[in-house]
Amino acid sequence: MAKYVANRLFAMLITLWIIVTITFFLMHAIPGSPFNQERNTSEAVQQNLEAHYHLNEPVFVQYFIYLKSLATLDFGPSIKQSSTSVNEMIGRGFPVSAELGMLSLAIAVISGVILGIFAALKHNGTIDYIAMTFAVIGISVPNFIMATLLIQQLAVTWEIFPVATWSSPMHMVLPAVALATGPMAIIARLTRSSMIEVLNQDYILTAKAKGMSTYQIVMKHAMRNALLPVITILGTLVAGVLTGSFVIEKIFAIPGMGKYFINGINDRDYPVIMGTTVFYSAFLIMMLFIVDIAYGILDPRIKLHKRGN
Amino acid sequence: MSLPEKSNQKTPYTPDDLFVPLETSSYDADRIAKPSISYWKDAWMRLAQNKLSMAGLIVLILLVLMAIFGPMMSPYSYSHQVLTNGNQAPSGEHWFGTDNLGRDMFTRTWNGARISLFVGFMAAIIDFIIGVAYGGFSGYKGGRVDNFMMRIIEILYGLPYLLMVILLMVVMGPGLFTIIVALTVTGWVGMARIVRGQVLQLKNSEHVLASRTFGASAGRVIRKNLLPNTMGPIIVQMTLTVPTAIFAEAFLSFLGLGVQAPIASWGVMANDGLSVILSGHWWRLFFPAFFISLTMFAFNVLGDGLQDALDPKLRR
Repeated sequence: MAKYVANRLFAMLITLWIIVTITFFLMHAIPGSPFNQERNTSEAVQQNLEAHYHLNEPVFVQYFIYLKSLATLDFGPSIKQSSTSVNEMIGRGFPVSAELGMLSLAIAVISGVILGIFAALKHNGTIDYIAMTFAVIGISVPNFIMATLLIQQLAVTWEIFPVATWSSPMHMVLPAVALATGPMAIIARLTRSSMIEVLNQDYILTAKAKGMSTYQIVMKHAMRNALLPVITILGTLVAGVLTGSFVIEKIFAIPGMGKYFINGINDRDYPVIMGTTVFYSAFLIMMLFIVDIAYGILDPRIKLHKRGN
Repeated sequence: MSLPEKSNQKTPYTPDDLFVPLETSSYDADRIAKPSISYWKDAWMRLAQNKLSMAGLIVLILLVLMAIFGPMMSPYSYSHQVLTNGNQAPSGEHWFGTDNLGRDMFTRTWNGARISLFVGFMAAIIDFIIGVAYGGFSGYKGGRVDNFMMRIIEILYGLPYLLMVILLMVVMGPGLFTIIVALTVTGWVGMARIVRGQVLQLKNSEHVLASRTFGASAGRVIRKNLLPNTMGPIIVQMTLTVPTAIFAEAFLSFLGLGVQAPIASWGVMANDGLSVILSGHWWRLFFPAFFISLTMFAFNVLGDGLQDALDPKLRR
């Protein structure tokens, strides 16, 4: 176990380093410096600016400077908004994004699992068909369209929820739901198929023969095994929720990380793009790692150290 | 065939008489009654039974036909602006209404279909080519080469897909070509993993051994023995790549990194429509949004059906 964790940690660091390297060189492959486009600055000011951001050094030197600052968790300054550093942006944006992401992930997991279990219990029945049609639609409708529909119906026409921004729990409902529909549909389908498989096992028959109620069978015997596949895809779903939140934050004008990332892209503010990308990637890789470890703990049949090779 | 009861009455028990030769046709009982069905016919029959998947297939065929012929059906061009005619609701003249610059939404929608479907299919085809070559080679070679190639895949697989696509788009600049490049640079990994797994499983099977014994070259074994048997999962993967690519394109367009005006993909149109939804011009969002969702729906149900049809072992 310890060896496996160590191996995985090492692989994580390598992946992260590759991401940092790719991001860095991609950003520096763009011709021109961020300063010679719009503003008419004097030669001296320009040189000072470039020196301040180390832009006058060779690329490799810049690369090592960047690596060194990353090692101390310093993502550097923003070029376009020179008063704020990328760290401040992450510090301000990430809690909001994390709140939104966790809320929608919770909605997705809880409702997806419930939907999947009911569909499996009534396999090939009406509830099954309704739930699965719902799930396929959930997968097919892109989240930005879902968000607009929700705003249009629930916020504008019926005025139940506020249209945008992020201040009270009521403000959180629509964006969280819009972000949750896709993952929820995926979870529902996965839960259903694995639940159907588990319910056909002999030990479930034994439980039935003992006279247990359906509720007891599902909760005590079937659930744990049926949910294992769901846990394996949680890492991917976190990634989906994370990238999905760029769009959702833009639509609902939520001041999260996504907003800074998108603004960074629109302004071509490379340190911001680089910093947020590296931060996102590190976060994602860590989530994948946690999911992997959790899977090994929850399913004793899997021997982690063997999978490592 | 009748039992010889009457002839037996005179001599009550002559065992020889009890045995009557059968009609000749019954002799070939081991003849196969039905014509043998190939794997593909079998799969097609299974798919045809799945109503939802067939509906998806029909919708897709219609969408492709409309993408080809739709723009020709209306007298307007997708980029022709009539500023005095902006934001018209759908009518007999403009079936899907017009946008803020007075461009016909019907023509634009089907032109958008061309772009979106083109992006989807191209991404699937390029993923297929790279993925099959990489995965096939890695799986077939095995050993240290495989190990090394899989390490690369593992790292690429760890990269957040959409994030990388966005980065690439920022660097390469928006455009149709760059979208396809950005989508495939990281997209082929999934295909390579599937092909590699299949090849690894198949390469030690008897028919491959037989083929090798007859002196078949590696290329021939891959082409004739391995690939045809891997086609099922490959096709399923391709059907699921298309909607992912279409979604990614819409997503990029939404962030302003999509194709450039006057070309319009569904994603660009939906993004434009989104900004005016509150002013009541619902048709500007509705048509692109509806067709994005319909296409994704059709591909998803078709992919599900294909998965069941092509891999009977996995059937529920």
